Amino acid sequence: MPSWIAEYPLLAALLALVGLGAPFGALLGFAAVRFRTEGNPIADEINAILPQTQCGQCGFPGCRPYAEAIAGGEAINKCPPGGESTIQALADLLDVEAPPLDEEHGEEKVKAVAYIREDECIGCTKCIQACPVDAILGAAKQMHTVIASECTGCDLCVEPCPVDCIDMIPQPESLQTWHWQMPAQRSNNLEIIATDATPAERAA
Amino acid sequence: MRRVHDFHGGIHPAENKHQSLQQPIRNAGIPPQLILPLSQHIGAPARPVVAVGEQVLKGQLIAEPGGHVSVPLHAPTSGMVSAIEDRPIPHPSGFPAPCIVIDCDQEDRWAPLQGVANYRDCEATELLELIRAGGIAGMGGAGFPTAVKLAGKPGRAVKTLIINGTECEPYITADDSLMRERATDIVEGIAILQHILQPQEVLLGLEDNKPEAIAALRAATAGSTIEVVTFPTKYPSGGEKQLIEILTGQQVPSGGLPGDIGIVCQNVGTAVAVRDAICHGRPLLSRITTVTGDAVEAPQNFEVLLGTPMQYLLELAGLHPERCKRLVMGGPMMGFTVTTVQAPIVKTTNCILAPTAAELPPPPPAQPCIRCGLCAEACPASLLPQQLFWFAQGKEFEKLEQHKLFDCIECGACSWVCPSHIPLVQYYRASKADILEQRREHAKSEQARQRFEARQVRLAQEEEEREAKRAARKAAAEKRAELAAQGDAEDPIQAAIERAKAKKAAQQDGQPVAASVSPEAALRQKLAKAEQRLAQSVASGEDAKIVSALEASVERLKGKLAEAESAATESGAT
Repeated sequence: MPSWIAEYPLLAALLALVGLGAPFGALLGFAAVRFRTEGNPIADEINAILPQTQCGQCGFPGCRPYAEAIAGGEAINKCPPGGESTIQALADLLDVEAPPLDEEHGEEKVKAVAYIREDECIGCTKCIQACPVDAILGAAKQMHTVIASECTGCDLCVEPCPVDCIDMIPQPESLQTWHWQMPAQRSNNLEIIATDATPAERAA
Repeated sequence: MRRVHDFHGGIHPAENKHQSLQQPIRNAGIPPQLILPLSQHIGAPARPVVAVGEQVLKGQLIAEPGGHVSVPLHAPTSGMVSAIEDRPIPHPSGFPAPCIVIDCDQEDRWAPLQGVANYRDCEATELLELIRAGGIAGMGGAGFPTAVKLAGKPGRAVKTLIINGTECEPYITADDSLMRERATDIVEGIAILQHILQPQEVLLGLEDNKPEAIAALRAATAGSTIEVVTFPTKYPSGGEKQLIEILTGQQVPSGGLPGDIGIVCQNVGTAVAVRDAICHGRPLLSRITTVTGDAVEAPQNFEVLLGTPMQYLLELAGLHPERCKRLVMGGPMMGFTVTTVQAPIVKTTNCILAPTAAELPPPPPAQPCIRCGLCAEACPASLLPQQLFWFAQGKEFEKLEQHKLFDCIECGACSWVCPSHIPLVQYYRASKADILEQRREHAKSEQARQRFEARQVRLAQEEEEREAKRAARKAAAEKRAELAAQGDAEDPIQAAIERAKAKKAAQQDGQPVAASVSPEAALRQKLAKAEQRLAQSVASGEDAKIVSALEASVERLKGKLAEAESAATESGAT
């Protein structure tokens, strides 16, 4: 053992730590460059939760930009088509409180599908250009029609139509979409012990 | 004697089966009208191949399968197709669905049928095609297309064929009476299934509360390789996975199918339908349905044509409408309330229960869960119902799936034992539906995302192409300008001037380049226009000044025209 180690223990410790730190630091630095993550994984996950209507009601030009904005700290309650369930899922993912939907950006509506009143359509193609998912079919001066199965109900085609021939038709419940409902949540007290009911329940 | 196994949980509700077993199976006859829903099975609805007003014969194909997992539909009796429209069907939602309506002519004329003389000479695929063409869907209750189930996954051998004779749900005796009275038909059907699947063993399982059926089946299977296995009565031993565990001791893996462990299950009713389809070429036209409950005078089993309105059948059994508060299709455990008696009997209707209010009282109000754990003890799928209930209330779908919600067979044993009367199964059904809907929506949004991104790419590409064209044009112009500056080539502006000069010179030579119209004709047109304009302004009462100006211009044009005409005649004369 060289004698200077015993003489300058502080220097020896410093050298030892620097000697360890430098190669490990270099290794980490190399790994960060070599195994760099492509894109933003958080934004990807957020984007997977958003309803992909591409309606822009959140104030961003599509779902992907909003997902990136959320990853950058934007509020999670600006998506009316997603509604409460999307906010809840985002809150779970990001581990934050789930705020109520921001009314400024619109309210949660029943899912609708665009419908073109075809005898009124003048074939201006403006709605085709507005549709973010290419769900409208047609050509200049030819009647247009909506591919209902691809329509996300984003409303973006309604505004540009010069003759107002596009209706947003809410999808009614049918045999295919029907499903069992949760049992009605009633006050457990009301029917068993009437006096335990809250004043509001008693009034009802 | 084969060793039988037990499955976890299970309950012993009052059987109430004796009421409907007092009389033999009765033929319900032909009602005035049959209503045949296009979707009586799991899978794609059938597609009608008849038109309204068409005469159909008994057994004639009226709707073809709408896909691979689908079955055709046949006319249960002869008559006229009077409508193809939405009618009420037996479904918990109460929504109507497309049906073919046949006005029966009561003559019951058969279409020509062709059975297979000896099915042993046929290939399995051939027989499966016949089963599919016979419109057979599982008769036990789920209605899965039998041919699809029998075909299974290619390359997977079937070790055990299990014939399900268990009828564990209270009140229902349709399979019991079938086994008592038509044991030989069942055995013939099983032999065909055996020929198709080539299993190593065939087990026919039923509970020990059906001694007559056991005796009949033992007699019918004597000398065959079919083994009749009986076991103690317990609900829900008729469930496919439960029956497999009872008979073989094996459990179907979570999320798997019996085929994964080399087992195929078929109901006794399905076996009879297969026999009819193969041996006689007779498609599935009728089934055995139990009509029971205290609100009917004579509870019994009927052989009933598919599409028969429930009302017709209930009247045959002597329904007292004032006693019957609700009508249930299926049993009291897993059945659902039918919203209208106009709904027809379908391929999966094994029972119509018309209970009195005292017999099947409305459930008492639910109270809070006290975590007693009785539901977990009763669950035949070894799930944790109270935990599932908790997550279902909180809509924690991920945890529900982790706790194997989709292994729940919705048998209702947990609700039945719950001392707090919590409608647990309702929570599970709703949660399952919610999860499936979420998956569907997720798939849809994924598709929307792909389309959106494809569109973005396309737009960017178009923009790029435009940009490239613009750049190319710019480059070409610059190159030309450069060349001109060098004086190597002619100046483009100078060239254009030269071209214009040449053109003018040609015109002056008396060779008008584009004068296809003679000057007189042009003037005449102008005059006609001016006159029209004048007439218009006079008619609409415009300012006098304008009118006079227009008149003047008309006069001027007339003068010019006269001049031009005279010039033309002169030039023509010379």
